[in-house]
Amino acid sequence: MTPNPTPTLVPASRTAPGTPPRKGARRRISPGRIAAWTLLGVALFVTVFPFYWMIRTALTPAADLYSDSTGLVPDHPTMINFLRVLGLTSQAEAQAAGGSGAHLDFLRYLLNSVVYSGLIAVLQTLFCAMAGYAFARLRFPGRDAVFGVLIAALMVPPIFTVLPNFVLVKNLGWLNTFAGMVAPSVLMTPFAVFFLRQFFLSIPRDVEEAATLDGVGSWGIFWRIVMPMSRGPLITIALTTTVWSWKDYLWPLLTGREEETRVLTVALGIFQQQSPNAQPDWTGLMAGSALSVLPVLVLLVVLGRRLVESLNFTGIK
Amino acid sequence: MGADTAVASPQKSAGADPDGSGTARTKGGARKKRDDRKAAWLFLAPALIGFALFYAYPTLRGIHYSLTDYNLLTDPSFTGVDNYRRLIGDEQFINALKVTGYFVVLNIGTQTVLGLLLATLMHRLTRSVALRAILLVPWLVPNVTVGLLWMWMLDANLGFVNHVLEALGLGTTGFFTSPTWAMPTVAGVNTWAYSGYTALLLYAGMLQIPHHLYESASLDGAGEWRMFTKITLPLLRPVLALVLVVSLIGSFQIFDTVAVTTKGGPVSATRVIYFYIYEQAFTNFRMGYASAVAVVLAVILGVLTAVQMRLLRASRSDLA
Repeated sequence: MTPNPTPTLVPASRTAPGTPPRKGARRRISPGRIAAWTLLGVALFVTVFPFYWMIRTALTPAADLYSDSTGLVPDHPTMINFLRVLGLTSQAEAQAAGGSGAHLDFLRYLLNSVVYSGLIAVLQTLFCAMAGYAFARLRFPGRDAVFGVLIAALMVPPIFTVLPNFVLVKNLGWLNTFAGMVAPSVLMTPFAVFFLRQFFLSIPRDVEEAATLDGVGSWGIFWRIVMPMSRGPLITIALTTTVWSWKDYLWPLLTGREEETRVLTVALGIFQQQSPNAQPDWTGLMAGSALSVLPVLVLLVVLGRRLVESLNFTGIK
Repeated sequence: MGADTAVASPQKSAGADPDGSGTARTKGGARKKRDDRKAAWLFLAPALIGFALFYAYPTLRGIHYSLTDYNLLTDPSFTGVDNYRRLIGDEQFINALKVTGYFVVLNIGTQTVLGLLLATLMHRLTRSVALRAILLVPWLVPNVTVGLLWMWMLDANLGFVNHVLEALGLGTTGFFTSPTWAMPTVAGVNTWAYSGYTALLLYAGMLQIPHHLYESASLDGAGEWRMFTKITLPLLRPVLALVLVVSLIGSFQIFDTVAVTTKGGPVSATRVIYFYIYEQAFTNFRMGYASAVAVVLAVILGVLTAVQMRLLRASRSDLA
């Protein structure tokens, strides 16, 4: 998809100054180009600055918040806010630093979030790949009908299943367990089944046929041929699933409020509610928020290109 | 699974069955149709169980709840269409619909225009992955974090934005606490979070447009605006429509931001439908009534999803 630069085709005289920038005018500085880059620059600034301000606030002592809330760098930078939300200080120290006295353990919440989204991403991708493969390659009566019914689940909005699923998980006695929290999403999601089936259909059959001739069964073909050949789409699905479950709020709020299963988003919501309305614990809240952004940044640095490019074909979700 | 080397080739050449693995074919006898029934059920078992337990059953259950009086503690008691009858006269419900509509218009309007602008700028200026990655960050961050972050940025006393406004002599605004500004603020926050993502989806669509079109247009002396209206916009239309519907569906389900920032207030100014359902179910324990509201939302979203699937098929064939 890279553009095909053909600057030689355009005589230099055609790109006289004053005309709007065009493809032929590559690398030429025109007012239009400057304006366009400025706009992009503004967009980047508006995107990044709030995060900078979040970290800047997290590094400010709570006592300084009123006197020191405009400078770009805190007057007395401190790590105390991070330490106290991570539960690494005594309660007295935390309260002295602006905490409400409620127990906070963001290290645990961070870990819970990793477990929650990790379980969902890995298992959902695996089970949806299995289903997608069956729909793409295996022959059995009622295949297309079953597929149609499964895909129809796309039409059921999450809010509709949230209420009965909550009742179900509650009746199973699974509230505040990881099992209950991930149960509705690990086994399947219609989109992933659909997406992976589409990809499997596009794989040439020759390799699989050769393997069949060699006596490899469908299970072996799936694991040894189809899965390795589908690394790209599988990673795409796993990655987007990770992001979505990392962001989940309502479902873990309903099913996993307790300390043992509390994920980051829920912890932040509860933290905010415990913080006095008149004088919110902003430095602590921003430290907690920064901790919820950190793993995202790691993901972006490690898998940036993959993540960005995966949006090309999962735009449907 | 058997290895029927000998039988496989004649069937393949007949072209009747292009599928990969050959099992149990002999069973079919004269029909010579392969049947992977056993393997298939194995492959499908997790997905089918998940579908039955967490999609099909709750869907039926949700419809059932909507016809009952149910407080989570005692068994649901059937009340027919009472909940729906009550819906029509429920001012809070009507308000929730209105407020959600207002949010969707504000959010989708700004987000689509900004996304389109950013996508066009990137498409015409740069292929930088780093730039795209940065624009994606607000989408990667949980909505809860985004909500908290902007509550702080827009705080009436200490928020950075209000410092700037004050310095400019415009005075401070309680963005989340003013009945007039609360909803535009929530919409703005969501636009901030999702514009980069929208832009990337549209940008991906723009990459599908053959590049030579821009070159010949440029040779003909067409300016950027002309290229945008004559090439980009018309050829992007299927993708644009799809992105629009997907964002619409997402927008109708606004919850996290409201739950964190305004909690429906001030005076129901931001009590969107999803939040209303949540309150009815888990604050007032009116599960039956909440389900009835959810049915209404489901119908709205169902229609939008049907449109989405139509467009999906259309865009596939257009770009293929």
